Amino acid sequence: MTANSTWTPDQPIVSIKNVQKSFGDFQVLKGIDMDIQKGEVICIIGPSGSGKSTLIRCINALNDIQGGSIKVEGQEVHDPDLDKLELRKKVGMVFQQYNLFPHKTVLQNIMMAPVLVLKENKAEVEERARSLVKKVRLGGKEDAYPGELSGGQQQRVAIARSLAMRPDIMLFDEVTAALDPETVKEVLVTIKDLAEDGMTCILVTHEMGFAREVADHIYFTDRGVIVEHGPPNTFFDSAKDERTKLFLSQIL
Amino acid sequence: MLESFADFFQQFAQENPRWNFIFFYEEKQAGKIWTGLKYTVWLSIACVIFSVIIGVIGAWLQGSNQRIARAVVQGYIQLFRNTPPFVQLLFFYFALGAFTPTYSPDGWLEVPIISNVGWAIISLSFFAGAFNVEIFRAGIEAVPHSTQEASESLGMSRLQTYRYVVLPLALRVSLPALNNNLVNLVKTTTQAFAIAVPELLYQCVTIWNDYPSAQYPAMLLMFVVYIGMVGILVFGMSRWERALRIPGYGK
Repeated sequence: MTANSTWTPDQPIVSIKNVQKSFGDFQVLKGIDMDIQKGEVICIIGPSGSGKSTLIRCINALNDIQGGSIKVEGQEVHDPDLDKLELRKKVGMVFQQYNLFPHKTVLQNIMMAPVLVLKENKAEVEERARSLVKKVRLGGKEDAYPGELSGGQQQRVAIARSLAMRPDIMLFDEVTAALDPETVKEVLVTIKDLAEDGMTCILVTHEMGFAREVADHIYFTDRGVIVEHGPPNTFFDSAKDERTKLFLSQIL
Repeated sequence: MLESFADFFQQFAQENPRWNFIFFYEEKQAGKIWTGLKYTVWLSIACVIFSVIIGVIGAWLQGSNQRIARAVVQGYIQLFRNTPPFVQLLFFYFALGAFTPTYSPDGWLEVPIISNVGWAIISLSFFAGAFNVEIFRAGIEAVPHSTQEASESLGMSRLQTYRYVVLPLALRVSLPALNNNLVNLVKTTTQAFAIAVPELLYQCVTIWNDYPSAQYPAMLLMFVVYIGMVGILVFGMSRWERALRIPGYGK
């Protein structure tokens, strides 16, 4: 926590320097640099296998790195002495497959971590959980089980579950990739609300329209490096790199 | 009513000399059966509880980062699963029993701190526990890794993740196999007979040693009692299975 005390909100909330990551002999990340300010919305786009998901999984230490540094609020994430629980209180994550706890109701899913990890008062947590359910527009589904909900509804519960921990940063790992097209929008609207509330969001996404509308900054990765980055308008309208242009022409 | 019940079996024994249901009309023999029944039920409940606890802890240790913990659990499973439970029981009682400390209530007697009932519970629990570890492990492996990751990324510790996420889900997968193993365990408690635990089989044998004419009836009684006990266990387990069913999950 000593490193933490030197961090001030005007410094990058997430600072990624020359990150190297390999799975066995296969190098996924080959020197990634990124600075993210508090309240920024970052979209990471790129072809499959370019290391996008791996990168954001490194930010909350679900994956380890072989070289470089990732600092969250000044704290080195890959310090072997790091208290992972402390890190994960600050960084929320939402997954492609929702990964809700199937044996718990919507409300129980949301309440579990604040009660068990933050040791907060159950009644207060429940109140907060109920308002979060409403915030993600699922009022009335408090006592439903995940298996009774659609994919889009489950994903919104997953977002609420993360938010219940009051994180400073939210990571979204292709959260709409497993959804039916008609439910994608409801999830995106939820994320957009969050972004407008000032939450620092890091998204891996294939939703280019959404990225353009909501992101403050776009990063394009390919084969483990950042090929190009910039504010959405510059990025989408006047990409310079050939690989970026090719990717955009295929996807847009 | 009870009078006529006893009279009927006394009469029946006179007419059918090989079918002497002596425990239905002689108080002393009936008392033996009750004592035996008490020990059998007590032994079964204790072994079921301890073997399930061993299974849960063993499965948790199997997923540990510590290589030594994993090796110990693996060794335990191999040892207890691959040797006859009867021999285990004899070994525990005679070999290990010889080393256990004793106490003396009156200055003359030397009473071991672990009785034969204690050894039977220990031995049978470890035997069934070895299978329970494997049963729970299979259940745990059926829980998607991504569900555990979600739990971890919410800041839950490994123990919390196990206790609140993995175990409840694994249990649902494990119940049918656990059910089978516990049924076997309840029946295996009869082997405690060999170290003179006064359970039902032991009592029946003492009865038919004194009254050979009561041998078939005593065996019959054993069957009926075990069918009843296992029936209750299976009924309870399937009620539990139903109670744990989650709407919309794994039909």
